[in-house]
Amino acid sequence: MKDRRTHRSYVSYIDKSREYYGAQGYPQAYQWSYNCDVPFTVPAKPMSECRVGLVTTSFFDRSSDRHAVAGTTDKEPYAAQCDDALGGLYNKDLFWAKDTTHTEDLDSYLPINRLRELESRGVIGSLSKRFYGVPTDYSHRRTQKKDAPQILEWMIEDEVDVALLVPL
Amino acid sequence: MSLVARHLEEGGIPTVIAGSARDIVEESGVPRFVFTDFPLGNPTGKPYDVEMQQAIVSTCLETLERAWEPRTTIQTPFVWDDGSNDSWRAQFMLVDESNRRTLAQAGDDRRNAQKAAKVKGKGRE
Repeated sequence: MKDRRTHRSYVSYIDKSREYYGAQGYPQAYQWSYNCDVPFTVPAKPMSECRVGLVTTSFFDRSSDRHAVAGTTDKEPYAAQCDDALGGLYNKDLFWAKDTTHTEDLDSYLPINRLRELESRGVIGSLSKRFYGVPTDYSHRRTQKKDAPQILEWMIEDEVDVALLVPL
Repeated sequence: MSLVARHLEEGGIPTVIAGSARDIVEESGVPRFVFTDFPLGNPTGKPYDVEMQQAIVSTCLETLERAWEPRTTIQTPFVWDDGSNDSWRAQFMLVDESNRRTLAQAGDDRRNAQKAAKVKGKGRE
């Protein structure tokens, strides 16, 4: 479609969330992560020989904690069997477009089945038997010092070669 | 999630993020990013659209294999709706005169709930 626009088309969630929480009476805007330098590691072997690890921000059902409020999360990073996620994960407490879409199809946010199909076709070596969950609790320090090192440790244990991370 | 990608990459594991919040991911600075211009919730394809999901996941794997420098962003060709792909954008986190009062009240309610939770000693660290 041809068009002309005065603004970028894709949504700026940094701008939107600042205005949204400002309207809710939060005077201090959230400080988003910003980095000039970006690390880069080239895969050591072809995808057809790689074990892929999946990372999600969704968790197993936390029905007891449905009324948790932002900033009071007690979520911890986790590793779990892919088979155990096939019934779906819980993410209603996360921030996503609940009025527009739904997360009833696991593969729309955690593509375990799609990766298994690619494994059976030999496109990837394998999907790691475990996937990994990380909380989005908005603390850079906690993510960098605690959660990310834990995910790396589990991936090394599972001999993961490359990672696909899917934030909701 | 971007910070996790950066940490894994520093630890020797190549990463790709599949997502729909382009500005957040690119500001944080990640090695590889496959962007689909969708409402938040289905970064690896529309629910039950197996073909689209397969295409997005395959693009992620190709990006892992073929990117030659960091900050590589690939945008997939998919649109959420026909035509302009705009119908869903305005509704999300809408702030205008129709809901300003409701939002202010929601903020007050949440702060009160947080205070109550703190008194109970909930939360990490």
